[in-house]
Amino acid sequence: MTLTRRLLAPGWYRAALGTAAGFGLGMGIVCAVRALYGWDPIVDWNAIITVGALIAAPLGYLVGIGCFDYWFYWASGRPTRPEDHSGHGAYSWKDYFRVNTDHKVIGIQYICTTFFFFVAGGLMAMLMRAELAQPGTQFVDPNTFNGLFSVHASIMIFLFIIPVFAGIANFVIPLMIGAPDMAFPRLNALSYWMLPVGGVMMLASFFAEGGAFATGWTAYAPLSTETPLGQQFFTVGVQFAGASSIATALNFLVTIITMRAPGMTFWRMPLLVWANFTTSLLVVIATPFIAGSQFFVLLDRTLSTHFFDPSTNGDVLMYQHVFWFYSHPAVYIMMLPGFGIISEVISTHARKPIFGYRMMAFSLVAIVILGFSVWAHHMFVSGMWSWLRVPMMITTMLIAVPTGIKIFSWLATLWRGVIHLRTPLLFALGFITMFTLGGISGIMLAVIPFTIHVSDTYFVVAHIHYVLFGGSVFTIFAGIYHWFPKMTGRMYDETLGRIHFWLSFIFFNLTFGPMHFVGIDGMPRRVADYAEQYATWNAIISISAFIFGLSFLVFVYNMVASWRHGPLADANPWRAHSIEWQVSSPPPVFNFDEIPTVVGGPYEYGVPGAVHAVFKEKAPAGAAVPAPAGGGGAPPPTE
Amino acid sequence: MSERDPGAGIPAGPPEEDPRIEGEKHPVARMIAIGIVASVIGVAICLTIDWFPADASGAANDIDTAYDVLLICSVPIFVLVMTIAIYSVIRFRAKPGDMRDGAPIHGNTRLEIFWVTVPFLMVSALAAYAWITLDDIEAKQRDELAVNVTGQQFTWTFGYPGEQVRSATLVLPENRPVDFRIKTNDVIHSFWVPEFRLKSDAVPGLTTHIRLTPDRIGRYQVVCAELCGIGHATMRQNVRVVPPEEFDRWLASQRAAQGPAAGGGGEQGGGEQGGGEQGGGEQGGGEQGGGQQAAAEGEQLFTENGCSSCHTLSAAGADGTVGPDLDDISKPDEAYIRESIVDPNATIAKGFNPDIMPGDFGDKLSPDEVDALVSYLLEAQR
Repeated sequence: MTLTRRLLAPGWYRAALGTAAGFGLGMGIVCAVRALYGWDPIVDWNAIITVGALIAAPLGYLVGIGCFDYWFYWASGRPTRPEDHSGHGAYSWKDYFRVNTDHKVIGIQYICTTFFFFVAGGLMAMLMRAELAQPGTQFVDPNTFNGLFSVHASIMIFLFIIPVFAGIANFVIPLMIGAPDMAFPRLNALSYWMLPVGGVMMLASFFAEGGAFATGWTAYAPLSTETPLGQQFFTVGVQFAGASSIATALNFLVTIITMRAPGMTFWRMPLLVWANFTTSLLVVIATPFIAGSQFFVLLDRTLSTHFFDPSTNGDVLMYQHVFWFYSHPAVYIMMLPGFGIISEVISTHARKPIFGYRMMAFSLVAIVILGFSVWAHHMFVSGMWSWLRVPMMITTMLIAVPTGIKIFSWLATLWRGVIHLRTPLLFALGFITMFTLGGISGIMLAVIPFTIHVSDTYFVVAHIHYVLFGGSVFTIFAGIYHWFPKMTGRMYDETLGRIHFWLSFIFFNLTFGPMHFVGIDGMPRRVADYAEQYATWNAIISISAFIFGLSFLVFVYNMVASWRHGPLADANPWRAHSIEWQVSSPPPVFNFDEIPTVVGGPYEYGVPGAVHAVFKEKAPAGAAVPAPAGGGGAPPPTE
Repeated sequence: MSERDPGAGIPAGPPEEDPRIEGEKHPVARMIAIGIVASVIGVAICLTIDWFPADASGAANDIDTAYDVLLICSVPIFVLVMTIAIYSVIRFRAKPGDMRDGAPIHGNTRLEIFWVTVPFLMVSALAAYAWITLDDIEAKQRDELAVNVTGQQFTWTFGYPGEQVRSATLVLPENRPVDFRIKTNDVIHSFWVPEFRLKSDAVPGLTTHIRLTPDRIGRYQVVCAELCGIGHATMRQNVRVVPPEEFDRWLASQRAAQGPAAGGGGEQGGGEQGGGEQGGGEQGGGEQGGGQQAAAEGEQLFTENGCSSCHTLSAAGADGTVGPDLDDISKPDEAYIRESIVDPNATIAKGFNPDIMPGDFGDKLSPDEVDALVSYLLEAQR
């Protein structure tokens, strides 16, 4: 191809051109406007970086890489092909590096990208633990340290946990519900390609004048409206990650509502589908609020609005209310898909129907509803109206009830199963125990008298990592191991998987367990330095954290080596019932030669003759089993 | 509990148990017995651990008790989950080559109602208990001593309204209820003394309150608990709880030191303009020569205005690393030091960033105070 044709065809050459053109356009706008107003200097790099590098260049890159081509054709009245599959499927590794409309390719793109950011965030955590290994300043100055924990949290939340679940679901959900793809494949591709923009922006903030954004991932105003330029890399980066998240959630909702295979009633959907359905509801309703909160900050910074300036009737607490109205539901956005994964893994590897299937689904819905009524429990010491605290405490505690239903139902599913203790199930069991601990410390944090003491301490750091690492990340590992054969067509190494589990389980606890102690003892969080009395525990925490970090290398080696040279996997190595296991590994480009018909529940292990879905001919009359009822007539699980 | 976690998972070596629940009598009874024993041990361990720092206020007892109650409720739940998980894994583990399915149990309505109801009742009881405790610790007391707490990057100032006294050290009388009125001059801070257990954010545009009664004589630290910028980690200052007579003496000496200079201003709120003309110091009294007096005044200005949180200056016992080391000023002449105080962005020391140091010291300090601070810093160079 000639260079001209390369620059015109969608791809990386045109993306580079688009990025440069976008930046140039942004720079031109800034300079023109400043010249018109007669402002000095005309070339103001802060404004140019904001408009050119943070807003216009990413849009140019998205156009260049080819996310909008089809829509532009359509909008301009040029001929389009409704059945255009030119961008669909992966036939060589190169197809993973271009705009692709195949949900399976997008799923793997998501997972690989997010794990790259997971490594980046993890390395920042290692650097922080190195600095905190002893009191005083050793490796990084306080400004860099504040930047490290801010970027660490933002990357882990917006570029790892939330999107990696979207990636797993992208791969699995259409297969699970018997759909050939997502409802909006091009929107799906756009969602994916917006994601790295946010991540690169957050990482690049370290190179901004004045250092990375250093206000925590919470970016409380008015600190965030006063800090140097790096803050804007966060406020804009979040918009890209959030837009990606909202578009994906809409896509999931439409896909799940309209594209289920014949016979797949809501009560026959696997719980992972339920989990992503409810998660998507949360994303669509809540995410606009963080977009709003960050736009307020951006406007205060760039256009001198005064949303958060009390001297002009601005309201500082409003930021926290709007922020947490998203960011508490975000905790469930980061947890519900994991609940779905655990249900699949436990039922499949313990070979038993999910205990109380309908209650499991209802509890997801209950968490969604309750999840919107608890945000101010992050603000018990914020100085908000004191009467608001007790209602928020009560709703927060009530969330323990549906969460408890899930924990107990998983345990009851294990009971009298035939338990195959493979790596996915190990991580699921690790999840149940660690998440129980995180849930217990969550109830403690809901108790206002106690939380007045421990809020903003390492107790909170411990809690959030028990919930998000011992909780979410363990479910991510469980899901990755569980669907690895389906995604790659090869088996992972079981021994390495177990080593990975035990190393991470043990050193996870040694890293984050002691943080409860130092937190209650009075060590605040987000500090580059601390009083001498916490030195011993911090040294222990740091050493454990390093081994914990190294344990991840076992996982990376296992994944890379197995993907390249692992033994070929069967279509259904776990003898699971759900539909994604009834097609080849990896699945064909269009998933199904023929759309299956669903004739029963997804977890009918042990029910004689039970089938979830049939291909080709209609199900024999006797094979159809009714959907499992929450109040079935089965005897109590005791003998 | 966490010390039991690693072992509490699943044995690493594959035990060769047979899933033979039929052969065993009363598995549930056995699990209950194991669970009770483990819970008792767990609760005993948790209650023996000394979790909290010293308790130095009336609220501390209530809060520590609430935590004990939480532990007593939590440990059995964790033990329950662990017991069932470990028992199931050992008892129902598949043998190699076992291709069977588990029992096709889809649910049990009575059991599900049970595990909805019991947690609901437990959290309801906890919420009621927490509410009562909260009301207890926040109740208004009679004869409260008002203390104005003002946060700014990166220091606390404590004012005693009506006394025209302000101080960088928080001094409180024992057993007298205190009403802290918390404000901030810039961003959000959070006022916290771990030994008192209570904290509240200092929010721009608001005055927040904490009420407590210090009841243990000793020296503690105020900690800033809300990220407030580059010097957040070192925003720590001293608290002294003293007998009432000593408090009165301290207040009088501070008043003598600061009051006359403040003139008849009578501004409540900690005397924003309370220019200390003499180096009072906490010890008060004592014969002081002119030089010593100036040095003491300079040191007081240095610590009270938060310089010590960010800068190192051995003469003042300060070891901050946020800003340049003042033991070794690059250009030790009067004009440069003065400029660095009133207009810190004019010259940025190598290796540091602009806009870190507050730019309003020229307004907050009187010209005399700036003079005193400059000569103090110059003196400290020799």
